[in-house]
Amino acid sequence: MGDPMIMNVDIQQDEGIIIIRLSGELDGQTVPALQDKLLPLIVPGCKILLDMSNVHYMSSAGLRVLLLFYRRVDKENGRIVLTGLQEMLHDTMSITGFLDFFQTCDSVAEGIAALKQSRT
Amino acid sequence: MQRIDVYPTHRYQNFLLRAGRPYPLGANFVPGGVNFAVFSRYATECTLILFEKGAKKPFGKIPFPTEFRIGHVFAMVVFDLDHENIEYGYQFDGPYKPHEGHHFQKAKTLLDPYAKAVSGRDVWGSMPEHGHQFQHRGLLVYDDFDWVHDRMLGIPAEDLVIYEMHVRGFTRHPSANVKYPGTFAAIREKIPYLKQLGINCVEFMPIHEFDELQNTFVNPETGEPLKNYWGYSTVGFFAPKAGYAATGRLGMQVDEFKALVKLLHQNGIEVILDVVFNHTGEGGNDDDYTFSFRGIDNKTYYMLRPDGRYYNFSGTGNTMNCNNPVVRGMVLDCLRYWVAEYHIDGFRFDLASILGRDTRGNPLSNPPLLEALAYDPILGTTKLIAEAWDAGGLYQVGSFPAYGRWSEWNGQYRDTLRRFLIGDMGQVGALAECIQGSPHLYLERGPTASVNFITAHDGFTLADLFAYNEKHNWANGENNRDGHTPNYSWNCGWEGPTTDPKINALRRQLMKNAAAILMVSQGVPMILMGDEVAHTRQGNNNAYCQDNELNWFNWNLLAENEDIFRFFKNCIAFRQAHPVLRSRTHFRNQDYVGSGYADISWHGVEAWNADWSYHSRTLAFLLCGQHARQGAVQDDYIYVAMNMHWESHPFELPNLPGDRRWYVFANTSMPSPEDVCEPGHELLLADQLSFLVGSRSVVILVGR
Repeated sequence: MGDPMIMNVDIQQDEGIIIIRLSGELDGQTVPALQDKLLPLIVPGCKILLDMSNVHYMSSAGLRVLLLFYRRVDKENGRIVLTGLQEMLHDTMSITGFLDFFQTCDSVAEGIAALKQSRT
Repeated sequence: MQRIDVYPTHRYQNFLLRAGRPYPLGANFVPGGVNFAVFSRYATECTLILFEKGAKKPFGKIPFPTEFRIGHVFAMVVFDLDHENIEYGYQFDGPYKPHEGHHFQKAKTLLDPYAKAVSGRDVWGSMPEHGHQFQHRGLLVYDDFDWVHDRMLGIPAEDLVIYEMHVRGFTRHPSANVKYPGTFAAIREKIPYLKQLGINCVEFMPIHEFDELQNTFVNPETGEPLKNYWGYSTVGFFAPKAGYAATGRLGMQVDEFKALVKLLHQNGIEVILDVVFNHTGEGGNDDDYTFSFRGIDNKTYYMLRPDGRYYNFSGTGNTMNCNNPVVRGMVLDCLRYWVAEYHIDGFRFDLASILGRDTRGNPLSNPPLLEALAYDPILGTTKLIAEAWDAGGLYQVGSFPAYGRWSEWNGQYRDTLRRFLIGDMGQVGALAECIQGSPHLYLERGPTASVNFITAHDGFTLADLFAYNEKHNWANGENNRDGHTPNYSWNCGWEGPTTDPKINALRRQLMKNAAAILMVSQGVPMILMGDEVAHTRQGNNNAYCQDNELNWFNWNLLAENEDIFRFFKNCIAFRQAHPVLRSRTHFRNQDYVGSGYADISWHGVEAWNADWSYHSRTLAFLLCGQHARQGAVQDDYIYVAMNMHWESHPFELPNLPGDRRWYVFANTSMPSPEDVCEPGHELLLADQLSFLVGSRSVVILVGR
């Protein structure tokens, strides 16, 4: 486990899909920096895969930044897929209603496939 | 252009500050910071106390500068707070003169009455550190829930079937087989069950933050401390109960409850909250219980005698001063907040008559609070239901100041139905009123002013109503002195559980009689959670303190008492299938559509000749389907025969017009599954002239 104040963000591009791997904790401390990094990636028609496999904790601010991404991506007619949500996070998102907005996949590969499928 | 008020003007220690806005009260996000605004008329000074989550000692104590006080409101913006990790409270300085009504204690950290979430009881029942001076702490909450297309459902009142539910009790029992038992989240998993039953409105027993550990009584049999399980003792009126949220320990109870409301709405189910504004959890005259109102402005928030002691119209030690304009404003702000932010469809007001008393406790003829609620623009379509009595002896069933908006828990319906069902004499006249939506009480307000119920959280469950003559409240630790009598109950010949098959069969039959009459009565029916599966509290008629199987819905009963569930389910579906059972206006007892039949007509053993005598235990009525919705809708004819005599009686059936025939929907004297059918699958009666109605049973026929 790394420093809980640190959120590592790894960004790759694969055939027009932006793959963002997050690791660490998504909370009020880490969200502002994450927001600064990710919002510029959102462009018209973007396809974003957010891999959460290494996110172990998400606070209320974390839920909100995800929904913010969704709203921004949706505004740009893009799509966003979450992958690798751990059970606890999945449950938290589900029972607070945040999961309703997202397409989720178990693995990055499945996520890429889902985003490719929708390509027109 | 950037706003200029995002910059601080003051500095105190490490904190950057600016004069705040006095409205809205509470802690609200503003650009760059948080606006803290709190009222106290009699405080001389106020200090904002900031804690890191869970910390014993505060990291900041910021006195409100004199210039930050506007009128009686202290208002300040604090910039750059790590808002997710903050708990806040206030300390107030002022006189400590209890005989004058003042209880200021400068060292005491107090909860903001407007706190939108409260920590300290995050996980139900877990013991707090008693060393903590500050037990109930305010949290900062975003009002940014994404409701998308959700809106209040606006189901017409006459179409409602209300299910009174305790959040924890519904899914806490292991048989519920849910992932997060006893929580808002778990209710999500049980929505299919609610839909199967057919209800379209849940009325949650209190979900405002309360302290479940606040109870000094001990179960004499087990020695266990009892709880404040039902929660009729509020800590924070603006905060959902954290211990009811699976995510309460993460501070996400606001989102979790909103998401539940949204999901219930998506499933066609309205949400009514049971709100308790008549008193607070600060108890009686003991300063040890002070956690908010008493230390902030005792004289404003509570009704005080001239000597400074509390009036007690609530039966719980203190009484909220609801018609003080400041308190009235808080109640209004609170309900508006729940409607605007949580999309709540309606409220049921506990001991609502207190809301109509003046600041000295005298009943008002035109109570400003009740009027304000009735005419409030934000509450404009919100359902308002009064428990129209209080513990101070004010009983207003039928006379609650309604302003064309308020409906009532109809206590007369409950008592009359119970007495008729157990075979008391002298009830048929009152029963006829009940069946029509109690026009003798609500002539001008219409039948929907009457919330009809036979059981509610207070008192016996339906199963216990026919299994106990007396209350058995020993487990409540008060030597069986607590709880109401009379219960208008009957044990069918044996007190409590029995293996006697005749008694058990009779009890089931009486439960079905109750369900049948409730669902064919005009007005708004309400069912108590668990009655549909014959839940027992073992004769306890005041189980407010029992966090155990007495209150937990046992899902195994669904199989065990499948016949009761099926009967309820089909009776609810029958009600929903027939608009003639759900009239918006009172019957006129005459034919005004030219059908040749009055909208409602009364019968007995002889058709067209009801027995209204004192000794009568039989009554039948016929609803003319051509009068459904004042003739706007064509429905079947419905005939209901009720025989609470211990002998069977042949009931002569009224003639039907044209080639209509009688079909049987329900006959409670028959064993399951012949006791009831699915609506639309009624069986044609061989004898169209007469029906032998069994002893203590109800028969429902459809003419089509």
